[in-house]
Amino acid sequence: MSENLKKTAYELRSFALDLVYGAKTGHIGGDFSEAEIITALYFSELNVDPKDPESPERDYFILSKGHSIETLYAALSKKGFLDGEDVQARYSRFGSPYIGHPNNKLPGIEMNSGSLGHGLPVSIGIAKALQMDGKTNRVYVLMGDGELAEGSVWEGAMAASHYKLDNLCAMVDRNRLQISGSTEDVMHHDDLKARFEAFGWHAIVVEGNNIDSILAGFEEARATKGCPTVLICETTKGCGVSFMENQAAWHHKVPSAEEYAKAKEELAAKAAAL
Amino acid sequence: MNTIPNRQVICEVLMEHAKEDKDIVVLCSDSRGSASMTPFFNTFPEQSVETGIAEQNLVSISAGMAKAGKKPYCASPACFLSTRSYEQAKVDVAYSNTNVKLIGISGGISYGALGMSHHSAQDFAAMAAIPNMRVYCPSDRHQTRHLVEALLADQKPAYIRVGRNPVEDVYSEENVPFEMDKATVVAEGTDVLIVACGEMVLPAKEAAANLEKQGISACVLDMYCVKPLDTKTLLEKAKDVKAVITVEEHAPFGGLGAAVAQCLSENEPKKCRLLALPDAPVITGVSKEVFAYYGLSAEGIEKAAKELLA
Repeated sequence: MSENLKKTAYELRSFALDLVYGAKTGHIGGDFSEAEIITALYFSELNVDPKDPESPERDYFILSKGHSIETLYAALSKKGFLDGEDVQARYSRFGSPYIGHPNNKLPGIEMNSGSLGHGLPVSIGIAKALQMDGKTNRVYVLMGDGELAEGSVWEGAMAASHYKLDNLCAMVDRNRLQISGSTEDVMHHDDLKARFEAFGWHAIVVEGNNIDSILAGFEEARATKGCPTVLICETTKGCGVSFMENQAAWHHKVPSAEEYAKAKEELAAKAAAL
Repeated sequence: MNTIPNRQVICEVLMEHAKEDKDIVVLCSDSRGSASMTPFFNTFPEQSVETGIAEQNLVSISAGMAKAGKKPYCASPACFLSTRSYEQAKVDVAYSNTNVKLIGISGGISYGALGMSHHSAQDFAAMAAIPNMRVYCPSDRHQTRHLVEALLADQKPAYIRVGRNPVEDVYSEENVPFEMDKATVVAEGTDVLIVACGEMVLPAKEAAANLEKQGISACVLDMYCVKPLDTKTLLEKAKDVKAVITVEEHAPFGGLGAAVAQCLSENEPKKCRLLALPDAPVITGVSKEVFAYYGLSAEGIEKAAKELLA
């Protein structure tokens, strides 16, 4: 299955690239770094059903780094929550519901986000409610690493372990770049594993652009009892396109026609080689 | 003399309903005592959530719980709830449209001598400016009970401000004319209209009685619904009077007075006097002293009415 998932991650990247190129806006660098994480969630881990998006038995996913919405649109389209053609035609256009951050008026999107540092505490609320009702649904939240400078993340980090929320799995897209440059120059987060452990979490470092490594992390998270788990996903910003990789400028740069063609070609070649 | 503060009534009503409705949850940020929520926490520990002194987390967790089907009542000092967690109220509650009721306790200048950090003289303005956020400020314990009952029956976000201290009754247990989102007509009158909310309703009522003795007929509206403002009743009552006075425990900007003046200027221009706290840290004192100093009293309202009608 993971061979198919590896191809799916490239399919999502290609969809996201089309969105950003078509609308001339978006956050391609983070879209590409999170592609394997989103793929592993939607095509393996999450119990979600496009025919019943509000099912009380569903798992919950919150995209706290809401600006990386394009890959989520790709996954929700492939999964059947959204009409991919409609998303491509209207993303960020006048009057569109497909805005540049999660919009919970759309099926499959739980909460609006965009302002950083909200997703973890919101996920804690969901997980706490499920825990109170003795339910087995799980809650997943994806944060960016630059986002971790928000104080509210750490308010949440201490609450999640205080409530012993073992139904909660947080993920950090640890691509080490943010809009102004290196996260370690802007506001350092190393040693991130030790930081989360100090807050009472089970912390696992995974290869964030490797499906098998992420799936193993999810399995370990599900087996962890008595505390929340965080997967520190070591990723590459812009992963999949050579000239975008590890370049902070591609946080929200829009490709030229030439760059777009080259990026499409590279993504196709990488997918074909899998 | 009434000894029951409005915050205590909120707890009582929630406890009455929580027995039957296990989805009612109360969240506090080390504020269960000051919110009068200790009885709820003791009686329904499985429906209570403590977040510690972390108001941003308090509001986001409440929003998440609502997303998963709970009915959260999130009680924290109004000064912190309305500004420290403002963005969480905007994004996670109002924008995401989660069924969270934000209870701002010890509102206005209830904390008296504790200073401006503990005063919430901006909460109406801040909360009312958020789309999909309602703002309520009940006047007495009886109205508070009806308001909470009404809020329990809906699924929308709201911010409710109550004071710290017990306030004298405006209404009686047998006679509480309450309709959700409709101003209560406390007194009818034809010369001047006084629009008040919260703790200012009682002095408005007293002022109207005193003015009556002096031959001035004053209509008093209890506009506990700061947003949505009951513009229908406001315009109906403003139509025939010569002037309008608003009274509120709030800064002079963006609160009840501003909303009333905005509505009147667009529909029924009238001479207005907006009685409010100053655009400055308020003078040190207990509520009664501070109100008297700034004319937020029956005497202050009477004086304003006479000046307007002169």
